[in-house]
Amino acid sequence: MAGFIVKRMLQAIFATLIVTLLVSYAIRLTGDPALMLTQGAGSITEADLARIREALGVNRPFLVQYFEFLRGMVTFDFGKSFLGGTSVGLLIKGALPSTLVLAFWSMLVSIMISIPLGITAAVHRNKMVDQVIRVFSLVGLSFPNFWLAIMLVLVFSITWNLLPPSGMVGSLSYIMPSVTMGIILTATNVRLVRTTMLETLNAQYIMVARAKGLSERKVLYKHALRNCAIPLITYLGLQFGGLLGGIVVIERVFNWPGMGTLAFDAVGARDYPVLQATIMVLSLMIILVNLAVDIIYGLVDPRIRTE
Amino acid sequence: MAESMKKKRSFDLSMELIVGATLLIVILLSALFAHQLFPDGVDKIDLLSRLTPPFAKPEHPLGSDPLGRDVLARVVAGGRISLLIGVTSVIGAVTLGVTIGLIAGFYRGITDMLMMRFVDIQLALPFILLAITFIAILGGSLINTIILLIVSQWVQYARLVRGQVLALRDREFILAARAIGVKDWRIIVQHLLPNLTGPVIVLMTLNVANNILLESSLTFLGMGVDPTIPTWGGMLAEGRSYLQTAWWVSVFPGLAIMLTVLGLNLLGDWMRDQLDPTGKTSL
Repeated sequence: MAGFIVKRMLQAIFATLIVTLLVSYAIRLTGDPALMLTQGAGSITEADLARIREALGVNRPFLVQYFEFLRGMVTFDFGKSFLGGTSVGLLIKGALPSTLVLAFWSMLVSIMISIPLGITAAVHRNKMVDQVIRVFSLVGLSFPNFWLAIMLVLVFSITWNLLPPSGMVGSLSYIMPSVTMGIILTATNVRLVRTTMLETLNAQYIMVARAKGLSERKVLYKHALRNCAIPLITYLGLQFGGLLGGIVVIERVFNWPGMGTLAFDAVGARDYPVLQATIMVLSLMIILVNLAVDIIYGLVDPRIRTE
Repeated sequence: MAESMKKKRSFDLSMELIVGATLLIVILLSALFAHQLFPDGVDKIDLLSRLTPPFAKPEHPLGSDPLGRDVLARVVAGGRISLLIGVTSVIGAVTLGVTIGLIAGFYRGITDMLMMRFVDIQLALPFILLAITFIAILGGSLINTIILLIVSQWVQYARLVRGQVLALRDREFILAARAIGVKDWRIIVQHLLPNLTGPVIVLMTLNVANNILLESSLTFLGMGVDPTIPTWGGMLAEGRSYLQTAWWVSVFPGLAIMLTVLGLNLLGDWMRDQLDPTGKTSL
C-alpha cells in the first residue's frame, strides 16, 4: 500500500511540474506585457520598455522566473499583478472561496436530485419511469451550461423577477449558478447512480436483506446505497475537474467574482502573474482531488493497487 | 420473461435510432442547402424590421435580431460552422489519437510511458483552462478552435485504443500472425485496427456532440470563431444583451445546439448498446 501511495504521489508531483512548466512557458508566448501596458501612450522609447520589463521582472531568463513561481506556489506568494500591483495571492484568496462555494452547492444539488432519480430508474429498469429519466438525462447532456444559465435568467430574473440576474449579492444569488451546474452534473450522475445501483441490486446480500423482510426503502437506501458509495465517490471525484471548468464558464454569465472571472480579466489584460496563478491553483486542486480519490480507492479496494 | 425483455429492448433501441437519425438528417440537409433555403443570405441587414418577434411575419419565421437579420437563416448558417468544426476536429483527433494509441499499446516502452503521463496532465487541466492559455497565445479563430479541439481530445482515442490493444496483443490470432512472420505494421493495420473500429466510431459520434458544445462555449466567451461569422455560440453572446426585449435571439440558437447534440448522443448511445448489450461501458 505504501508503495502504491508513493507511486501515485510521484505521478501527481510530476504532473504538477509539467503543467506548471507548460502553462508558464505558454503564457510567456502570449505577448510582451510592457508593450501591452504602454499601448496608446505616446512617445515610449525602447529604454522605457526595458525599464518596465525590469520592474515587472520579465526580462530575466525563463527558468529563473519559473523557479521563482514554483517557490511562490509553496509559500502562496505569486508576486504582484501587472495592473495596479495588487498581490496575486490576495486576489486568489478573494476569488477561490466564491468558486469553491459554488462547486459545493452544485455538487449538493446534483447529489440530491440524481440519487433518488438514479435509484428509481434502477428499480424500475426498462419500465416507463426508467425511459423517461433516461430521456431527461440525455437532454440534460445536450445543451451548453451557459445556455441553461441564460434561460434561467430569462425565466427567474426577467420574467418573474424572483432572483438576482448576476453578481454575488445575498444568499438568493447563489441559487441560479448552483442550480445550473447542478442540473448539468445531474445529467451524468443519474446514469452513474443507475448503473452502479443495477450492479448492486443483483448482489446476494440484497436478496438476504429482502428475505429478512426489511422494507424496500431500507433495502435500497441503507444496504444498496452504502455499497454503491465507493464507486460513486470515485466518479464524483473525477468529475471535479469538469465541475471547475464548468463553473469558470458559468461565472462569466452570472458575473460571479470567482476564479473564472479573474482568469478571463487577466487574459484580456495580459496579466501573466494572475493568469498563471489562477490556472495553477485550479489544476493543482484537481490533481490533489484525483490523488485523494485514487488513494482512498486503493485503500478500500486492494485490486486497484496492483494495476 | 427473457423474451419479453428482449422485445422491449429492441423497441427502445429503434426509437433512439429513429429520433436521433431524423434529427441529424434534418440538420445536415438544412446545413448543406442553407444557400438554397435562404437565397437572401444570412447577413442581410433590414433595420426596418429589427427585433421582429417570432411567428409574427412570414419573412422572419423565428423573428429577427437587433440588426433585422433573420434568426432562422442565421441558426441554419451557424449549423454549418458547428458541424464543420465538430467533424473536422474529430477526424484530426482520431487520426492522431489512434496512431499514438496503437504504437503505445503495441510497443509499450517510451511512447507508452510518455502517453500515460500526458493523460495525467490532461486530467489535471480542464478544457476551458487549456483553452484560455491556448487562445491567449494564438488568438481565437476558426482554425485555432479546430486545432485546440484536436489537441485537447486526441488523448481520449489514444487511451481507448491503447487499452483495447493491450487486451488484444496477446490473443491467439495476433500470436499466430507473429509466428508466421507477419510484419509489425501489417499486424497493426490488418489485425488490430479492424477490431477497434466499433468503439472508436461510438466515441467519435459522442465526441462530435461534445466538440459542438465546447466550440459554442468558446465562441460564446469570445475565444472561438470570429464574431462576424454566424455561429450558435456567437449568436448567444450577442443575444444576451437583448434578453430583456428579445428572448428569441438567445432561445433558438440554444435549441439548435440542443437538438443537434441530442441527435448525436442518441445515435452514439444506440451504437454503443449494439456493441455492448450489457451496458457495462455506458459510464
